[in-house]
Order: sequence, then structure tokens, then C-alpha cells
Amino acid sequence: MTIESTLTYPHNTHPTAFTQAQLEWLPWIEPLPEAELTERHFAGLVDASRAKSPYFRLLARDPDILGARTRTDKDIFYNPEAGLPRAERELSAAAASRYNGCIYCASVHARFASHFSQRTEDVQRLLDEGIGADLGERWNAIVAASVALSATPSAFGPAHIELLRAQGLDDLAIADVIHGAAFFNWANRLMLSLGEPQEQAAG
Amino acid sequence: MNATVSSSVPDVIDRLAGIAPGSHLDQVRAQREQARTNAQQSYLSLFAPTPPVFGNFEIADRFAVAAFVAGLHGQPEVARFYADALAGQGARAGVVEAIANEARRGAAEGPYGSYPSGPLSKEDAPGPSYAVSAAQYPVLGERLSAGLVHAHLLVFHPRDASAAALQALLDAGWSSTEVVTLSQLVAFLAFQIRVVIGLKALAQRPVTLVD
Repeated sequence: MTIESTLTYPHNTHPTAFTQAQLEWLPWIEPLPEAELTERHFAGLVDASRAKSPYFRLLARDPDILGARTRTDKDIFYNPEAGLPRAERELSAAAASRYNGCIYCASVHARFASHFSQRTEDVQRLLDEGIGADLGERWNAIVAASVALSATPSAFGPAHIELLRAQGLDDLAIADVIHGAAFFNWANRLMLSLGEPQEQAAG
Repeated sequence: MNATVSSSVPDVIDRLAGIAPGSHLDQVRAQREQARTNAQQSYLSLFAPTPPVFGNFEIADRFAVAAFVAGLHGQPEVARFYADALAGQGARAGVVEAIANEARRGAAEGPYGSYPSGPLSKEDAPGPSYAVSAAQYPVLGERLSAGLVHAHLLVFHPRDASAAALQALLDAGWSSTEVVTLSQLVAFLAFQIRVVIGLKALAQRPVTLVD
């Protein structure tokens, strides 16, 4: 049996604060080379363009779980039918990522939350001040629910549901908060543990 | 993809959250049908993978890690589901008990851990660093023990993750592909268990006014 080796980046400039800036991500395990991807790997990647991403080519080592995960992700965040507005699905993802400490995931979904809500400064306050930032009652309720659900063991309960209801969320919207936060407990753990973020070079 | 299997295995989230066909929560979930179907498909891809399977991560070992992870989440019904599944896998002698013991020993509250040195260091939170007990190590073996150590890191303090933690898995005999499957398995459970918790809470707070 051959023991494999991880990849390391002693000269990487690792971001040291939460940011909405675009970051790169460097894998600690060798992704599959593009030339070795089979039909089953492409099925797992779902979108062929993801073959360009080291993250997805790393996860493509086990293509079936990647494919099922990607389809779960897309429906939770992109399904436009009713439920929670897209901006607030992204807020639940950003809040879970801020709480778990995933600088890379938080950067992507804070950017999306800003884009869809046009509340860039509020989103930045979540990143700068953390999960206790006062973002107004409705966003506070979504952040609190996402954070409580992200604790291990979970601290989520009926009080969070009531707070969300009081802000006008129906049951599908509440289920969207639950799924958005829960999904990022999956995503955060992969991004945090299989590689590291990298600040983009200036210029 | 698992067409025969998926139709014969009941939806795990529905089962653990107590969602009956035709119920209000069943209708809520039906509005995100792809998420529902593929959450179940994710479970099947991890625990009943379609041959040829990538890597050599035995199904009994997958359920052993799952029973440990579910135990760490402090949800008795979910923990029982995976413990029963492990027992049903013909696990090696003593493994079921060893996993139950280790899940109790590993109990903690997360997320904790350290940030890269800098302005976020003031948010660093201390917490336990888990190792398999000397008594259970011979029962579980080097490879599965290394898997549990990594699972504990992912469950409670993923921001302490490092290339060195992955190298420890590779050194204990895990291949790169098996490390990916292990990581997906633990991270998926962090999702599945939270969906169960959330939907259960939602089911217990019925809407009193219907639009």
C-alpha cells in the first residue's frame, strides 16, 4: 500500500478576516486531473464547467455523492417557487458560515446576500461584528435561527420558529431557512477541512 | 443512479422527523422535491453506493463513523437509527459497543477552534482535542480510529482543520479518494441531522391561521 501525501502551501497569503472580496481556494488533496474525468465523474459535476474548479474536481473523486449534493444545493438556493427570497437564503448560508468560521464560504454567500438584497453594509456588519450584529428584526430572526441550528448539539427550537413567524415567514420560508443553514453545515465542513482560502494577488 | 435502491428505502429525513405522507410538512417538503429526493440520494450514495465503488471504505465502517457522528450530535433518535444500522451490518465483535462508548467520551459543544493569527484571534474558542481511548483502540483498529478522530474535528471544530489532519488519515491507510468520502459522510450527516431537528421543531408548532 502506497501512502499518499497532502498538498501544502507554505507561501500562501491566508485571509485573516471575513470579507466579501473574491477569494481563491487551494486543495490539500490532489484533485482528479481533468484528463482522467469519465462520464460518471461529469455526471457528478452536474455542470461540465465545474471541471475547471479544483474543489469540484477533488470532490469528483466520489462522483455520486457530489452529484446528489449539488442537486440538493441547487434546489435549496435556486428554486424560485415561493418560500424565502433568495437574498435571505443566502443570509442563512452566510450566518452559518460566519458562526462556523468558514472565511471562504462566508465570502461567497455574503457577496450573494449583498447582491440580492442590496444591503451590502448590513451584510458587512454580520462579517465584521459577527452573529450578534443588529441587522433589523427580520434578518436578526433569520441569523439567530441559522446560528442556533448550527450549534452542536443544536440549540434550535420552537422559539426560533415563533420569531420567524412573527416576521411573516410562512412554513415553506421557515423550511428554507432550516435547509439553507443546514446545507452550509455540510459545505463549511468540506471547505474548511479539504483546503485553505487564498487572497487574490493585488492588481 | 440507484433507481431500484432509492425506491425501496424509505426517506430517512421523513422517518426521523416523523413526517407522514399527506401531512402538512410532507406538503412543505414536496415544494422542494429535488432537495428532498437528492438528500435521500446523498444518503444512499454514502451508505448504499452503486458499484463499482470508488475507494475501499467498507460499508460497516461507514456506519461505524455515522453512529459515532450521530451520537456526538446528541439526538437520541438519530443516534439510535445509525447505531441500529451499524449493528445490522455484521460489524466486527465489540465495534458497536466501542462506538457507543467513544461517542459518550467525545461529547463536546461546538463550534470551537482557532482562526488564522490576526484580528479574528480574539474569537478563538478553546475545546477538547479528541483521541480514541486506549481501551477501544485495539477493537476499532488504526484506520477506523483515525477516521473517528477526524470526524470529531469536523463535527465540533472544523476551523482547526489542517493539511496535517488529512495527512494523519493518509498515514493511517486512508487513500485520497476515501478521505473525500469520509469527509462527505461526516459533513452530510451535519446537514441531515439539522434538517431533521428543524423540521421536527416546525411540525411541533402548527400554524393556527391558514391564509
